[in-house]
Parts: sequence; C-alpha cells; structure tokens
Amino acid sequence: MSTFSTASPQAEAITELAWTSIWILSGIALVVFGLISYIVVRFRDRGDGTVPRPVHGNNRLEITWTAIPLLIVIVLFVLNLNAMYESNPEPAEGHAPDVEVTGRQWWWEVRYPGAGVVTANEVHVPVGRKLLVRLRSADVIHSFWVPELGPKMDVVPHMPTHVWLEPRLAGVFEGACAEFCGNSHAWMRLKVVAHPPEEYEAWLRAEQAAPPPPSTESQKEGEKLFLEQACLNCHASRGMQGHLDVAPDLTWISRRSTLGAGVLPNSRENLAAWLKDPQKYKPGCNMPDFDLDDREARALTDYLWRTP
Amino acid sequence: MSDSLMGAHVGAEAVHGPPPRGPLAWLSTVDHKQVGLMYLLFAVVFLAVGGLEALVMRVQLAWPGLALVSPKAFNQMFTMHGTTMIFFVVMPILTGFANYMLPLMIGARDVAFPRLNAFGFWMLLLGSVLLYASFFDEGGPPDAGWFGYAPLTEQPYNSLKGVDYWALGLLVSGIGTVSAALNLIVTTFTMRAPGMRMWDVPLFVWMTMVTSFLVIFAFPALNAALVMLLVDRFLHAHFFQGQGDPVLWQHYFWAFGHPEVYILVLPAFGIISEVIPVFSRKPIFGYAFLAGSSLAIGLLSYGVWVHHMFSAGLGFPMLIAFSFTSMLIAVPTGIKIFNWIATMWGGAIRFTTAMLFAVAFLLQFTLGGLSGITLAIVPLDWQVTDSYYVVAHFHYVALGGILFAIFAGAYYWFPKMTGRMLHEGLGKWNFWTLVLGFNLTFLVQHFLGLMGMPRRVYTYPDLPHWGELNAISTVGAFVMALSVLIFLVNVARSLVRGKLAGDNPWEAWTLEWLATSPPDPHNFERVPYIRGRRPLWDLAHPDQADHGGPGAH
Repeated sequence: MSTFSTASPQAEAITELAWTSIWILSGIALVVFGLISYIVVRFRDRGDGTVPRPVHGNNRLEITWTAIPLLIVIVLFVLNLNAMYESNPEPAEGHAPDVEVTGRQWWWEVRYPGAGVVTANEVHVPVGRKLLVRLRSADVIHSFWVPELGPKMDVVPHMPTHVWLEPRLAGVFEGACAEFCGNSHAWMRLKVVAHPPEEYEAWLRAEQAAPPPPSTESQKEGEKLFLEQACLNCHASRGMQGHLDVAPDLTWISRRSTLGAGVLPNSRENLAAWLKDPQKYKPGCNMPDFDLDDREARALTDYLWRTP
Repeated sequence: MSDSLMGAHVGAEAVHGPPPRGPLAWLSTVDHKQVGLMYLLFAVVFLAVGGLEALVMRVQLAWPGLALVSPKAFNQMFTMHGTTMIFFVVMPILTGFANYMLPLMIGARDVAFPRLNAFGFWMLLLGSVLLYASFFDEGGPPDAGWFGYAPLTEQPYNSLKGVDYWALGLLVSGIGTVSAALNLIVTTFTMRAPGMRMWDVPLFVWMTMVTSFLVIFAFPALNAALVMLLVDRFLHAHFFQGQGDPVLWQHYFWAFGHPEVYILVLPAFGIISEVIPVFSRKPIFGYAFLAGSSLAIGLLSYGVWVHHMFSAGLGFPMLIAFSFTSMLIAVPTGIKIFNWIATMWGGAIRFTTAMLFAVAFLLQFTLGGLSGITLAIVPLDWQVTDSYYVVAHFHYVALGGILFAIFAGAYYWFPKMTGRMLHEGLGKWNFWTLVLGFNLTFLVQHFLGLMGMPRRVYTYPDLPHWGELNAISTVGAFVMALSVLIFLVNVARSLVRGKLAGDNPWEAWTLEWLATSPPDPHNFERVPYIRGRRPLWDLAHPDQADHGGPGAH
C-alpha cells in the first residue's frame, strides 16, 4: 500500500509512526474484543433463573481504565511531535523554493524558477536531493498528495504552503489532488518522476530547448489553427504568451505522460481524440469543444507534437 | 420562566382534552409522543432518500471508469447524502427518541414547552423542504459538499442556486434543532418526578441533556458562517473570498462540526447505556463515571476542531495543541466502553435483537474510535486525511456506532411506542445482514485510503486492486439496503400482527416502562416517589432497593 511502501525520509518517518501506532492500538482492540468475546460466551442467560449480583461500580477499576489510556495517549503524542518535525519541517527564512507548484481547476502547473522550465501535472525531481516545493492556488483549495513521498498539504488561495520532495529511489510516484475542488476533482491527478541525477539534468536540458519550427504541411496548418482557434486565450506555448494562462503550457506536451491531468495516457492518437472532444474524456473541465474535424485535429496534433 | 411554564400547561391541556383524531390532529398536535413519532417517521423517510443517494455513488464507483452519472451529479449526491444523513436522519431520530422517551423516563406529563416542541419539528421539516426544493431548480441541488468549503461555495466558482438552498435549509432547520434542545434541557431541569435527583435520571436523559447543551453552543458557529456565506454570495462581501480568508470558513464550520459529532454520538451512548444493563440483568456499572465522562466529552469537544484542518497549512503550535486535545478526548470515550463491558460482566445476558445491536455497537465503535486516534496523530493525519481512510473511519463511528445504537433503541422502545413487539426472527436477519453489509462496505475503504484513493472522486484510475476493493464496497452497500428493507418489513408487519407487548416486556427498570404501551395521553396514572435510579426495581424489591448515589455500594 502506498502509505506503507514509502520512498523518502519524510514519508518513512510517518510509516514508522504508523506501525508503532498500529501495534499499540491493535493491542487495545484485542483487549476490548477479547473481553467482549469472553463475556458473550461466559455470561449468557442460561435460563436457570439466576439473578446476577447487582454491582454498581468500582473506583479502583475506574482509575485503572482512566490512567492506562491516558499514558498511552501521552506516549503517542510525544512520538507524534518527532515525526511532525521530520516529515514536514518549516523551511529556513529565505530558503528559495526549488519547484513552484500551482493548483488550478483541474490541473497542476509546475515551474522550475531557476531553469525557466514550465510543465504540467508531473513533477520531475532528482534522486537524493531535498527539494522545497512551494504550493500556491490560483482559484479554490486543492491538496497536494503523493503518498509514497510524504505528507499531504493543502494548496490554499493567498497562503503559500510547502512540502519537501526527497525520493530515495528512481521511479514514478502516483499522486492526486486530495481536497474536493469541483467538477473534475477526480481527474486532477499528479505524478512525481524521480530520476537519477544525470538523467534529471538531461530532462531539464531537453525541457529548456525550444521545439523545432513547424516544417511539414500538416504542422503549418496546425500552427494556423492554433492561432485561429483562440487556444492562446488559455494556453501558453514557448514564445507565445497565453492571455489568461489558466491552462497548461503546451510547449513540450509530447514529453508528458498523461493528458487532462491523468485522464488519458499521452499519445498522438489520444491527443487528437482529446482535441476533438475534451468534454467526453473529462466532463466538466474548462476546455470547450472546438468542433474540429479529423484532419484539423490531426494537424493540430502534428503541430503540438513537434519533436527534434 | 414562570410565564413560559404557564404556557406549557396551556399546551398540555390542549392535548389532554378529547383524544385527537385523523391526520389533522397530527398537524396540530403538541403531545411530546406524537411529535416524537413524527420526528422518527421523518427520519425514516430521509434514511431512504439518503440511502438511495449513497447507492447511486456506490454504483458509479463500483468499477474504474464508469460513467453512469456525470461528475456534477455525483458531487450533488455526496453533498446531499452527507447533509441529509446528519441533519435529517441521525439528529431527528435521536431527537425523536428524546422527545418520546425523556419525559416518560423522568415521570413528566409532557415536555416543558409543548408548543415550542411542535414548532421545532415543523421548522426542521421546512428546512428539509427548502434543501430538497433545490432538485426542482434548474441549477439542481448543491454540489460543494456537506462541509461547503469556501471559496468553492462562492459566486465565482458556484454561481448556481444549490448552495443557497443548502445554506437556507440548514439555517431554518437549525432553528428547530436549537428549540428542541432548549426544551429538553428545561424539561430535564424542571419536570423530574418527585424525589428524582440529577444523579437518579436514566443515563439516556443525562446524555441527551449534555447533547442539548452542545447544540445550543455549537449551532451559532454554523449559523454565523452560513449567514456570512450568504452575504458573500448575495452582497459580494469578502468574508471567505477575495481579500477574505477561506480558512476562516473551516474554523467556523469545524467549531460547529466537531461538537456536532458528539451531538450525534452522545444520545447513541445514552441508548446503549439503557439497553446493556436491562439485557444483562444488572444495574449500570459506574453511573457517575458514565455521566461525568459525557460532561468531559462535551467540554473537550469544543477544543478539538482543528484536527479536521491538520493539512490546511496552519502553524505547528496550533497543530500540536489540537493534536493533544484530540487524543485526550479518547480517554473519556474509553471510560464509557469499559463501563459498558463491566456492566455485562457477571450478567445473565439475554441476546435479544436490541442487545445484539448494542454488542455490535461496542465492537464497531471501538474500531472507529481507534482509527480516530490515528487521525489525531498529526503526521498520520497528513497521510490519510481526505482519503477513503477517513470515509471508513467516520462511517465506523456514524453507521457502525450510531446507527447500530439507533437500531438497538428501535427494537428496545418499539413495544413501548406501539404496544407491539418487533419480530425477533426478522430482527436477527436485520442485524446479521447489517453487520455483514456494513463491514463489507467500509472495512475495505481503510485500505483504499491507505493505497492513495482520495475522497469525493466520481471515478478513479485503474490502479492495482482499486477496482476489486471498490466492487466489494458496492456489494456491501446493497446488503445494507436489503437489511433496512427487512427492518421496514418488520415494522409494517409488527404494527399489524406483532405480539402484544404489555407494559414492561423486557423487565426493565426505568419509569417509561411503568406507563402503558403505548402510554396514555397523560403518560402516568401515578408516579411513585423516586428513591433511586431503578424505580421499577425498587417497587418490585422494596426489601433490597438500590437507593443511593455514587459510592453507596
């Protein structure tokens, strides 16, 4: 289970505490279940007319079952403090974030401030470094949750919050928005992709590069459509600023693993299908249906999917 | 006070005239028993409605990628399900039991303010009509969750009228709830039978009283927040949007919302505290500790709300303080569990359907309580909050706990309210199908949450085992629906041909069993002078009466 197969010091601190708590609480459950099972067998009415002795209470017992739970609670409370500071410590004053993630209805914008890279719905990180992720919301409350890598944190308008990402191993870690945020909350999924350091550098360089200019006829027609169909009202693409910037930057959409924040695996075919009818795949999302025909969808896909 | 009490007598006279006849008599009644029955009937209707809403969700979630309902419709379903079950099912059932039983249990003729009592019920009904009228609005019912987190509820993100119906419906029904609570407090304080001290009242009365105080102090927080939300929506104020603070809504909502949990659970504790001793054939163990721990829970419940907001980005000092209080509240809850166990210890337990439900309550509520402790541990909460783990947790409390206690109360008091016994055979079917269905539905949801499945999603990706576990959960929901049907059949059948109950079929000891079944309009011919907690025991065993307060034995 994700919360127990953890892959970062932040998440492991929680897993360790979870196991301790499970042992202690299971002990309590065992006592209660054991007592009740014994009572149910031993003290059933046998119909022999015995009248049980009327016992009204016992102060020594009351003190016992007040004091023992109180001690257990105090132990759990102290363990709790340790894990809090290990799994989500406050960053030092002036500690600049390595990644800026903005929650929007219903996708994640991911920016690398130093590198000038913008992507969506996946956070690429190197293994073995501890990255500070600044979380902001552009609209309603969302929540950033990647169970294998650490605690969940709400993404709140006007109030930046943070999490730390420090994966110990390379791999793809599934996550999602965990706070109900409206119609397409279910499809506001998130992936953290942890690369070995050299691979991460290569990823960053590839994102920084500009896609080649449109060369084929189809790509040129796609560019024309991109400009005509008002895509830029919401989306940005390298060299073309979106008017509102409320939808994902499309510069390197070919390099992402999903479309619509997790609703479809990314491929040329799926991108063309998505462009034709986004509401079919992600009902209630903010992208309207542009009534593209097959050829137009194919051209737009060819334009967006330019690879070096 | 004296004027109001005069009013009470005028009201009582109106009832105790010629016996009311026909449906019009129900509309105008101020008799606590009839008002109580109306609450119960109201709640059963909404149990069916809220249950159907839950079934729609479970069918949609039965397998990954289903599209039986739109995301908007799904969001409307969980918003209405939560709001309905809390405000229009569990609270009215418990208020209904309290209305019917509390005056009988303290040997009173009626509640202190019979007209206010009827008013409370009709306001609740009006509130529910307002909420459900949203189905006929073109925008449909509210879809922002029963918790209504701002700014999702604000105009820029929710311009349809559903949220307005929701806020107004809750405001109006809240007036009814508060008036019922006031009435129950004054009744308990002023109308006890001669000789009955506060230390002699049945624990159901004690816990209902604590609940009523919780209502009076918790609902203002909700009402204030709802009014601010409406001002934001209609007059474009900035309480929770724009320059306002969305987290402020959460503080208001949970400052109401967590006491609300105890408003729901304390009367359930009260029912359990009546049922267990009667069917164990022993007096309750540790009366003073059960009553006192209710007071402790009541007070602490106002100081734990931030555990609903551990991942909202608040500062560590706040989290640490509320983590401690939230864990602390487990202690008085544990005291109750152990006192109920001690009551059964050494008893001669009769496993009637009511007792079966009470024992299942103990087991399932313990599990819900223990998973609650994990949610008070901040880092664990950070992992599992807003996941299916939380859904599992609070259903173990609200369904496995509270609803099971309600069924225990229904089987226990049905004979008193109708004069006929519920069928025990059907009762056992009702019980075992509910145990099976409930645990099938919600046990697996703990694991779904730990696997990373968020709450409030209308569908989910096909990740390993998510489909199977959700399918099991959906099957369980239908088993529960079957169980509720069995109960309704049992009620219908027993009303017509149930075994006649007599005054005291369970050989119980509290005053309601002294009245006839169903009780006369004026409740009692004569109430004996009360010398202890078990007046009917004292009447039957004058030589070994258990008079005496705490520590008398």
